[in-house]
Amino acid sequence: MEKVALVMRELPFILGGVGTTVQLAVIALAMGFVIGLPLALMEVYGSRGVRWVVSTYGTLFRSVPLLVLIFIFYFIVAKVAELSNFSAAALAMGLRSAAYQSEIFRGAIQSVGTGQMTAARSLGMTRFQAIRHVVLPQALRLAIPGWGNEAAVVLKDTSFAYAIGVAELMRRAEYASARTYEPFAIFTGCAAVYFLMTFGLTRLLTRVESAYRVRT
Amino acid sequence: MSTLSPEPVKPLLDGSLKNENEKKREIVRVSGLKKSFGSLEVLKGIDLSVREGEVVVIVGPSGTGKSTLLRCINLLTEPDAGHVWVDGAEITARGADVNKIRAKTGMVFQEFNLFNHLTALNNVAIGLKVVKKIPEEEARRRAMEELERVGLSSKASSYPAELSGGQKQRVAIARALAMDPRVMLFDEPTSALDPELIGEVLEVMKKLASEGMTMLVVSHEMGFAKEVADRIVFMEGGLIVEEGPPDVMFSAPKKARTKEFLGKIGAIHGGTVVA
Repeated sequence: MEKVALVMRELPFILGGVGTTVQLAVIALAMGFVIGLPLALMEVYGSRGVRWVVSTYGTLFRSVPLLVLIFIFYFIVAKVAELSNFSAAALAMGLRSAAYQSEIFRGAIQSVGTGQMTAARSLGMTRFQAIRHVVLPQALRLAIPGWGNEAAVVLKDTSFAYAIGVAELMRRAEYASARTYEPFAIFTGCAAVYFLMTFGLTRLLTRVESAYRVRT
Repeated sequence: MSTLSPEPVKPLLDGSLKNENEKKREIVRVSGLKKSFGSLEVLKGIDLSVREGEVVVIVGPSGTGKSTLLRCINLLTEPDAGHVWVDGAEITARGADVNKIRAKTGMVFQEFNLFNHLTALNNVAIGLKVVKKIPEEEARRRAMEELERVGLSSKASSYPAELSGGQKQRVAIARALAMDPRVMLFDEPTSALDPELIGEVLEVMKKLASEGMTMLVVSHEMGFAKEVADRIVFMEGGLIVEEGPPDVMFSAPKKARTKEFLGKIGAIHGGTVVA
């Protein structure tokens, strides 16, 4: 009970990091979407050269551990471009998520049958119109489960930003642990907060998925 | 054409004569069409002409290039050689506005290819909105008219997954018709349907034919061909073997191969005659 009281006492301080954690996750996911979706379209519809560039980007960003990426962006990119540690973390996570999201969207686009594109073109739609009005509305719905998975991963991976001193949830838990000498209790509390956030997010996306489901 | 007797009737006669010619003008013309997929030559030089209001049924063994021929007409498949004109415009010409010419053709697919995320009404309306830039309200009104034409206005708000195969195909026909095509291309429109659903689709196609729609139909429905077609084209091995009016093709074809094929297929698919 004493441990619970301690966690409750430290909780407001730890929860002060939730805002930063959520910001980091939202920025990384948004950036991943804005970059990842065009990458996916380029990989599906682009010329051979374009496809090569996109797949090389994906391979690179998916092969380097996130912590290494964050360090690269913090110690090299951020120093050169004079970015804050938060920006360095957001950039590293956003570009990495773009690589994963492009794979999610590519798979979704490819699982919309080719007949849909053919039918749209047969009506006189341009390729762009067909993608915009027929393929993407279906692909984005198909992508929701995979995207939800990526969102959960990104949300939890924001904890890596602690390594470059971003005062998010994990960093604050680390401070509290150092101050109280109670790592077990503090990190258990910290885990519970991550769990609740991820659980809420997953539930939300499941609702979105069923609201927009396309039956085939 | 006497200049001395300018009766008021003359220009009227000229006008109607001109109309008569208009009616019979060529809507589709294919010349020297060739297409290979890899080392397989699917079309080996096809010449075909379809006049306004004509219903042409293309038959032939599978893998003969019938579907490829249809898809070359609206350039969904790019031919290797040859020319295609649709309503006087050459779609194969360099720099041709392919999307615009393609919109003059309506296509109906074996697998329906309805847009799964849209209701029946929106499936029909989307081409009007996106391609013809018709405002939402007007597009929906016209889409409803097209659905009525195929007898499915009651299913306007249903999604494709909620429709039977026959209903899907009728919506697909309405979708193509909404674009006001000069010619309708049917690519085995009943081959993916359960036998009891074929009739309703053929019924709609017959109605279209009777309304004077120019139609090019790849089908094995011999009952439909006998009853509705003005001309039957028998294709094999990437070439047109023989073509002619149905009565001649069925009773007295020139080529032995035509007789053999139509005989076989008639035995299997001839039963689906719709009253």
